[in-house]
Amino acid sequence: MTSTPALVVDNLRKTYSNGVEALKGISLTVQPGDFFALLGPNGAGKSTLIGILSSLVNSSGGDAQVFGVSVNKQRSEAMRLIGLVPQEINFNQFEKPFDICVNEAGFYGIPRKIAAERAEKYLKELRLWDKAQMQARTLSGGMKRRLMIARAMMNEPKLLILDEPTAGVDIEIRRSMWQFVSGINAAGTTVILTTHYLEEAESLCRNIAIIDHGTIIENTSMKRLLATLDVETFVLDVAAMPDELPSLPGVTLRRRDEHMLEAEMARSHDLNSLFAALSTHGIMVTSMRNKTNRLEELFVRLVEGGRNGKEQAA
Amino acid sequence: MSNTAANLVALNTIVRREIVRIVRIWTQTLIPPAITMTLYFVIFGKLIGSRIGTIQGGFSYMQYIVPGLVMMSVINNCYANISSSFFGAKFSRAVEEMLVSPMPNWVILLGYVTGAVARGLVVGAMVLGIALLFTSLHVAHPFITFLSVLLGATIFSLAGFVNAVYAKKFDDIALVPTFILTPLTYLGGVFYSVKMLSEPWQAISHANPILYMVNAFRFGVLGISDVDVGVAFVVMLGFVVGLSIVALQLLKRGVGLRS
Repeated sequence: MTSTPALVVDNLRKTYSNGVEALKGISLTVQPGDFFALLGPNGAGKSTLIGILSSLVNSSGGDAQVFGVSVNKQRSEAMRLIGLVPQEINFNQFEKPFDICVNEAGFYGIPRKIAAERAEKYLKELRLWDKAQMQARTLSGGMKRRLMIARAMMNEPKLLILDEPTAGVDIEIRRSMWQFVSGINAAGTTVILTTHYLEEAESLCRNIAIIDHGTIIENTSMKRLLATLDVETFVLDVAAMPDELPSLPGVTLRRRDEHMLEAEMARSHDLNSLFAALSTHGIMVTSMRNKTNRLEELFVRLVEGGRNGKEQAA
Repeated sequence: MSNTAANLVALNTIVRREIVRIVRIWTQTLIPPAITMTLYFVIFGKLIGSRIGTIQGGFSYMQYIVPGLVMMSVINNCYANISSSFFGAKFSRAVEEMLVSPMPNWVILLGYVTGAVARGLVVGAMVLGIALLFTSLHVAHPFITFLSVLLGATIFSLAGFVNAVYAKKFDDIALVPTFILTPLTYLGGVFYSVKMLSEPWQAISHANPILYMVNAFRFGVLGISDVDVGVAFVVMLGFVVGLSIVALQLLKRGVGLRS
């Protein structure tokens, strides 16, 4: 027996009144329980897609179904299944976090007693309980972001959509946010994430779609996408740099400074043979790291590849 | 939970939030109309009114202007409340909390209108209380009094909502009160009987919807009116229905709210 997909986007189109075609008929499917990355450069159409899913943007064509419920035809039923953490702060800054959460639950028809219990639960889980009775405008940027996650959890959605939730948030708070969201996902909530921090997407998400210029240019599993990366570049810290770099088969070495080398090699090439070859030339490696995040490298290639293709076609 | 029960919870949430807002900023919402109307009663009612004597139906000028001033403060406060609250929610994007929820549009509209009407009625009661410090009144028709003030409050709450939907900046919500609402209120028989006017001004005055509200309310309080009370209620109900349809259509199409 196959379960109903968490999200089916079917030929969704959006043309704004100024003529900008933000979505050019995109289709994708997100399975229940997935942690799905929706990536793309600025202006690619990610927020428009999220806007349509959350009914803040009217589509120009096509439809989306959330757990089999049409966003166009059964808006209210579909919205009950979704929790949205938007990109911009969008709560009344003069209200208290507790009231913001309780009111949000009220908009979903959740009685006040249950709403108050949930507000306490999620504000505590997101470490905001001690700020629950302060005016929201006095919270720090990271706290406001966490408040929006707590608010989105008030209807205990089956599909949680996070639109760049960690933008401008420091690393510690970002980690605690991901810990919370990973827990929610592990408990069964489907999560769709857009972010510009690609290492986050790589470590958290199991499946991925990349949008550019309103079309999906890649839609696959994270594992499969990363496997397509055929060349990797490593940065090696070395004890001492020889006067002349050796020539190694299958590896391109470049000097970055007196104690740092770059080694570009095929992913099929094993690291042990690289270290052995360097060692025979008297180069001792003290530490190493990837030059760029693997997903970032693929992302840039896909987006730039798509653009170059379009320019050539033009 | 049934849809009806969920909608009632949502409606209660909006109304409650609006009332909390009115109380939280009471120095902006409740005190100014009390001060303004006290000045009206002192200057127009006591100082100038004492030289005018009786104006219509044997009522003193002070007694005559009380219903008009109560209605004027109700209208202004309903309009100001809903236009600033809803536009404020739009401006801060907090309105998105409601737009992404399963709440139907009529619940959003009814919630905001109820909040605005509540402020209007509280202010109206305060102004009436202040008026009783200056004069005595015997309410002639309590039910008509209540119904006319309720309809008047609803009409201007709906009008303020439509204004807020269209408004793109705070200036836009000040334009209508300054250039339309205030002139219509002053020319709507608050301070005088339109029967005092010569033609064509008397006929022109009948195109002013506020004339019907003020006179229906005055009939309820004093038992006198410049217009037929039945016609006044038909006009008011017409405005309530018409403006409700406009506001719901704007919400359905997402004008100024959804891209």
